[in-house]
Amino acid sequence: MTPLSGYLLVSALLFCIGLAGALTRRNAIMVLIGIELMLNAANLNFIAFWRFSENPEAMTGLTFALFSIAIAAAEAAVGLALIITIYRHFRTANVDKVEDMKG
Amino acid sequence: MKSWILQNLWLIPVLPLLAAGISALLKRPNRSLAAGLAIGSMGASFLLSCAALVATLGKHGAASRQVFNFDWFALGDTVVRLGWVLDPLTAAMVVMITFVGSLIFIFSVGYMSHDENFTRFFCFLSFFAAAMLGLIIANNLLLLFMCWELVGLASYLLIGFWFHKPSAAAAAKKAFITTRIGDVFFFLGIVWLYSETGTLLFYDGGRGCLEQDALAKMVAHTTIGGLAASSAIGLLLFCGAIGKSGQLPLHVWLPDAMEGPTPVSALIHAATMVAAGVFLVARVYPLMEMQQAGVSEPIPLTAVTWIGALTAIFGALVAVAQTDIKRILAYSTVSQLGYMMMGLGIGGVAVGMFHLLTHAFFKALLFLGSGSIIHGCHEEQDIRHMGGLKKFMPVTFVTYAIGMMALSGVPLVFSGFWSKDEILHSAWNYGPSKIPFFLGLAGAFLTAFYMTRQMCFVFAGKYRGGHDAAHDVHGHSHSHGNAHSHDPHESPAVMTWPLILLAACAVLLVIVGTPVWPWLPHYLEGHEAHFDFGALFNWDVIPLLVGSSIVVAVGIGIGWWFYGLLPAEKADEKDPLDQQFPEYFGWLRNKFYVDELYAATFVKWNARLGELSHALDRRVLDLLVSVVGWLTTGCALAAKLFDEFVVNKLFDAGCGGVRRGADTCSELQSGHIHQYLRSIGVALVLFVIILAVGCNK
Repeated sequence: MTPLSGYLLVSALLFCIGLAGALTRRNAIMVLIGIELMLNAANLNFIAFWRFSENPEAMTGLTFALFSIAIAAAEAAVGLALIITIYRHFRTANVDKVEDMKG
Repeated sequence: MKSWILQNLWLIPVLPLLAAGISALLKRPNRSLAAGLAIGSMGASFLLSCAALVATLGKHGAASRQVFNFDWFALGDTVVRLGWVLDPLTAAMVVMITFVGSLIFIFSVGYMSHDENFTRFFCFLSFFAAAMLGLIIANNLLLLFMCWELVGLASYLLIGFWFHKPSAAAAAKKAFITTRIGDVFFFLGIVWLYSETGTLLFYDGGRGCLEQDALAKMVAHTTIGGLAASSAIGLLLFCGAIGKSGQLPLHVWLPDAMEGPTPVSALIHAATMVAAGVFLVARVYPLMEMQQAGVSEPIPLTAVTWIGALTAIFGALVAVAQTDIKRILAYSTVSQLGYMMMGLGIGGVAVGMFHLLTHAFFKALLFLGSGSIIHGCHEEQDIRHMGGLKKFMPVTFVTYAIGMMALSGVPLVFSGFWSKDEILHSAWNYGPSKIPFFLGLAGAFLTAFYMTRQMCFVFAGKYRGGHDAAHDVHGHSHSHGNAHSHDPHESPAVMTWPLILLAACAVLLVIVGTPVWPWLPHYLEGHEAHFDFGALFNWDVIPLLVGSSIVVAVGIGIGWWFYGLLPAEKADEKDPLDQQFPEYFGWLRNKFYVDELYAATFVKWNARLGELSHALDRRVLDLLVSVVGWLTTGCALAAKLFDEFVVNKLFDAGCGGVRRGADTCSELQSGHIHQYLRSIGVALVLFVIILAVGCNK
């Protein structure tokens, strides 16, 4: 059986990829995809820690992951809708061009 | 049960006061309303006064006096009480004042018809009458004093009615200040009286200050110089009367007060204000006549007698040499007031007050007559510029002649004869000295003489005025248009009717005052009068009657011989007396230089004191004030500098710091999503590092 550190390494790698994507991409959709990757890295951590915990029968990590995924779906929907609105308004999805969000 | 008139006696002064108040508050001057209010209120007061007179009839002795007292205010245990008194003295005075006052008001409608301040005049007249009536009915010395001062104020306003004339303004000031000198002593007397008796009510059912207990206490109390308190207080109160009634040595204001309109002169110098002093002495007579142990005569009454006698002869002497028609009458009033004082001093209340009442009628008549003459001669007041007016002004001539004969004391049918004879009769029986009698007799002679002189100048001969208008130095506020001819003219009916009524009274008062039926003098003293025809032929009376008649006849005769036989032809002709006795005449014409003496002494000293105070004020007080001012300015300057350079700088620096900090912070919110994300990433890494380091410790 693969040890916990393997899962954690994959998860950290996935998080870093997501973070790099969110930070480097100019397109809002790509930023959103990076954020989803980070979220999934977190879900992977929940599952891994649950699986290797002392009481895996309790299904706690699974439940957490399920809720997290549901929320991520809702958040993606909201984010996409915002991006579409921003695109309609500014005629671009490039986040660097959109500077009107400051107070 | 108090009678209706006693309870409502206050209405007599209040009605004219209301009239004055209403006409003062009118938005725009309304001539007929103001005059109507004034005359109407006086008429109503006259009716009430008649009711008061009727209420006092048929009562004798102590029953003739009724009082109405009430609490004014309480101060701790002390209750100050006011009230009014209804006795023959009050009743006779209010009837006389309201009757003469109404006639003067009616006369004023004609006399002041050209004046632009007609409504103001009637407002002041009503105010004056109200104050005077309040003075008469007061049963409290304090209330009397208040009204006394209001009378003084009203006289100031009325004498200075034509205040744009400097002489009128000065005369008003002089009247006010001179009477104030007497009032200071009067007030001292009031305060002393209060401290002695604890009350200022005259009559209060045995507890008043003029009743037996208080008087006995005051006589027993001996003060400085061996004077009993009652004598000292009596003298102080008499000082007030000296000022108000123009007695020596405070008579100087009265002739100058002729600057006021002539109806004012009639009101103030005949019927009311000058009578107030005589009335005061009559009112406090019980105090005045208290005899202290070891002195044969009451001291205050002796002072009253001598001052009165000297004033009587002084006024008569000065009146001989005057040329202003109103000034002659003014000095005549001074002289007659002296008679009244003398009568009070030696004969009692009835003698003095009887002369006051008769004098009020014929002197008001003479003043109004002179007003009619002045009005008819186009504001000319100098008798040298008149003459021959008998032809032009018949009604004025006849009434004036009646007044003149009443004043001179022409026998039998004129009231002045009987009242003056009462005084001379009392003076003849005066124990300590016969000098007042001879002074009075000389005064009677001079009175007849100067009135004849005036009559001859004004009515006899031919008219000497009118040829040049330049001598019109007494120019009044209104000038007649050119439409008037230069000849004198008779006055309108509104002015002649009051003259006729007053002339009738000057004669008719005889009925109630002769020794045959001395109703008025006895009424004033609360006795019953009996009809006794034999009294006229009493050997006590006859020689005096005949003697004074002869004196009067001689006075008129000499006056006629000097002035009537050869009437002056030209206005600038020398007075016949001046030709005969130039050295004495100058003294008389210049009023014995009393005014000059006062100007050189009291007025000058006062002015010096004023200058000294002024210098002190300028040099010392102003310097102190300036120093304080400079100190304050210096402090303010220092505070200003501190404020500007310390407080403001610090505050500005604080504000700048806050603003810069806010600028820096606002740059953090750039709107770049990547920047935010980067911040979150860096923070995440930092947290991880901290956790890692923290857990491994």
